[in-house]
Amino acid sequence: MPRPTPGEQDQNPVVQRKRRTPWKSWLLFLLFAGPNVALLVIFTYKPLVQSLQYSLLQWNIGSATARFIGLDNYVNWFTDPATANVVRVTVIFTLVTVVGGMVLGLSLALLLNRKLRGTGMARTVVVAPYVLSGVAVGLLWLFVFDPNFGVLGAVLKSVGLGSPDWYNDPAWALPMIIVVYLWKNVGYVALIYLAALQAVPKDLIEAATLDGAGPFANFRNVVLPLLGPTTFFLSVTTLLSSLQSFDIIQAMTKGGPLEGTTTMMYQIYQEGFATGRAGYSSAIATVLFFVLLVVTAVQMLFIQKKVHY
Amino acid sequence: MSLDVRRKSPVPREDMLPWTDGEGAGKRAQQPPRKGRPRIGGYLLMLLAVAAMVLPLVWMLLASFKQRDEIYTVPIQWVPESFALSNYVGALAAVPFGNFFINSLITTVVGATLKITLGLTTAYAVVFLEFPFKKFVFGLVVFALLVPQQIVIIPNYTLISDLGWINTYQGLILPGLASAFGTFLFRQHFLTLPVSILEAAALDGASHWTRLWRFVVPISAPTIAAVALVSIVSEWNEYLWPLLVVDKAEMMTLPVGLTLLQNNDGVTNWGVLMAGTVLITVPVLIVFFLLQRRIVTGLTSGAVTG
Repeated sequence: MPRPTPGEQDQNPVVQRKRRTPWKSWLLFLLFAGPNVALLVIFTYKPLVQSLQYSLLQWNIGSATARFIGLDNYVNWFTDPATANVVRVTVIFTLVTVVGGMVLGLSLALLLNRKLRGTGMARTVVVAPYVLSGVAVGLLWLFVFDPNFGVLGAVLKSVGLGSPDWYNDPAWALPMIIVVYLWKNVGYVALIYLAALQAVPKDLIEAATLDGAGPFANFRNVVLPLLGPTTFFLSVTTLLSSLQSFDIIQAMTKGGPLEGTTTMMYQIYQEGFATGRAGYSSAIATVLFFVLLVVTAVQMLFIQKKVHY
Repeated sequence: MSLDVRRKSPVPREDMLPWTDGEGAGKRAQQPPRKGRPRIGGYLLMLLAVAAMVLPLVWMLLASFKQRDEIYTVPIQWVPESFALSNYVGALAAVPFGNFFINSLITTVVGATLKITLGLTTAYAVVFLEFPFKKFVFGLVVFALLVPQQIVIIPNYTLISDLGWINTYQGLILPGLASAFGTFLFRQHFLTLPVSILEAAALDGASHWTRLWRFVVPISAPTIAAVALVSIVSEWNEYLWPLLVVDKAEMMTLPVGLTLLQNNDGVTNWGVLMAGTVLITVPVLIVFFLLQRRIVTGLTSGAVTG
């Protein structure tokens, strides 16, 4: 890269005023941006490359020896019968939390956007769980779900139903995790939708109403299309955080019972730190990273299209 | 604890946020006023939503005061006989809660302060300093957003453990310290600042360091506060990394230490566990209720810019 002559780049009058020799301004830049970049290289980029290397090794965490085994870890993961279950759990968890979160979040936003008394307080309350620790949320819900002494069991009994054994039944543990995840995160979705709803121009709705459109038609034909970009933004961000969720699962089920709540993210932790198969775990991490990358790439392509109509 | 309708300070960036208007502001798009049933239906739905959010928290709070026989009873008993603090005493005696609290406080305060500082200096460099590979550096920082810390736990754990930093503050703080999102938001903000102020400062002979802290930071206070609050909350709640690099109780942070109260000898002592849960959630809830407008600005800024 040719070194630009000073002044060529200096459109900024502030910098022009005090022209420095190149090495001095480079040093200054290094002082300002260097530490952050160094940390990113050490703790983000280098480990990313290392993770790819580890995924080609048969290596246990903490062990001094490792054997190069090529793509065996990947082959093993894709052919392991347990993988089908992990993928199933991951897909169900992600799909229900993303789609459910969006539907519930939008409904809440529409409700809280109405001109009713107390909406201010209701907004605060709905967002509050989002700022709480995932572990604490998991633990408090564990007591809500307790089949014998929990409040949910009591409610179910009062309407003549028995409480499922949420902790020990693989069929019920995943729904339990999903409910708790939604409870914690739905406020964020509602919050973002609420911001978008308030940017909807009032005149548009008034015009449509004058043309005889009812509230439902207004929503379908005027409001919903305007929420398109927000919906897309949310679908990607909630998908990414869903795929990475860990705290609630660790606090409530530790991936069980019978791996009924083991997602890919949880499997990475378990293989890497409980079983100690660091090479295998790194291979799963690499697969998950590529999934995340594809999701983000799709978002970027989409957003570029959206911006220049 | 209702949200204030009228803004006290005019901050233009917050105009688009849902928090700035509430009942009676009437600026937003809304359905034409209807009377009768729809309103009642709206109130009922709102009540339902609020109840769904609040009841689990109330259940936690009440349980933290219950005696054993009030917890293990069928049918359930909602309100405890007395608001005795025995479960809190039990929680504090069973695990070193004081240490957890101090560790959480240190990692959160030091971590968030350094993170914000790194974000500010990097954004300043990218916007106001001259360097030929500026765009590349900014790209490098922003691309890091695509690499979640969760993906690289194994290499990072190996590094920290090789350095002998297990059970240390540097081991807890350093790996997550770099600022990618903050740099991104600060850069967006710095690009909107009036150049004239910095020009005047430069004429007075102020160094770049002085220009950043004396001129840029004060006029960017609302943005910085919003980003800072969001990173404080996420540092406070951080779980996976502290779980990996700490195995000594005295060095644990609150979320990690809290799980020590779980399942002692196979049976969960709900009263004590809920007392511990209250101790970790209540500080965050108080901060949220007091500073919600700033926090909300921080949470939504990603969506508005991104």
